[in-house]
Amino acid sequence: MADTYLQIIFWVLFALMGIAGIRVVTTRNVVHAALYLVATLLGAASIYILLYAEFVAWVQVLVYVGSVVVLMLFGLMLTKAPIGSANFDNNQRLIAAICAGLVFAVSSYIMVEAFEGQEIDFTGTAGTNVQSIGEAIFSIYVLPFEIVSLLLLAALVGAIVISRRDEGEVES
Amino acid sequence: MPVAYFLVLSALLFSIGVYGVLARQHAVLVLLSVELMLNAANINLVAFSAMLGDAGVPGQVFALFVIAVAAAEVGVGLAIVILIYRNRQSVDIDEMSLMKW
Repeated sequence: MADTYLQIIFWVLFALMGIAGIRVVTTRNVVHAALYLVATLLGAASIYILLYAEFVAWVQVLVYVGSVVVLMLFGLMLTKAPIGSANFDNNQRLIAAICAGLVFAVSSYIMVEAFEGQEIDFTGTAGTNVQSIGEAIFSIYVLPFEIVSLLLLAALVGAIVISRRDEGEVES
Repeated sequence: MPVAYFLVLSALLFSIGVYGVLARQHAVLVLLSVELMLNAANINLVAFSAMLGDAGVPGQVFALFVIAVAAAEVGVGLAIVILIYRNRQSVDIDEMSLMKW
């Protein structure tokens, strides 16, 4: 019975994420696109909570919704892009739609075939908690973790170096 | 619940991202579509992690790594977009053909 409720929740989230995702790539207003992306990312966070991955869900909300989308909005502001209803699509929309449809058909067919009959058991385990994630990060995956911190530092320095004005450069 | 449901959801998000990357002209909108594709990969990782139960912790760890790398990617990508805008007064990626053969 609980599985039925979970399935209803899942399909509602599926519909919401599908609609919001399609709006991200079709809307004519760039700020609306960023806000629809927020809806999609929150839907993904809900899916993570559905899958008992609370820690990943809250990291998703903090990092994506809290900072990535804000960065995107700053990018839109700083590039003084036309926010109104300009046409942001190029003339390959038909080819792009065909490609995307093919990608969807092939990848979902392959994955449904490959994982047919594999079930996610929501009753047996209470999910993986924060403690086991922390133990995994700081024991087996401590080297990738440190490399990620170095990568973030390099990206920070790189972004500053790329976007700063050189000395003597005039304001355009 | 079959794990295939989550895989189909992730395939849907990924193909929407593919469409956005191919059809959009505005550089920031292309970055938004790339974020959609990275999220599709994350949903796969977390779904497999839930399928494997206690053995699936690495799936969530790698989802966290993907989120961190995506944040770095957005920072550098937006810096490049702002630099291009400053030099060319445009963020239209179809006009950026300088390095195209």
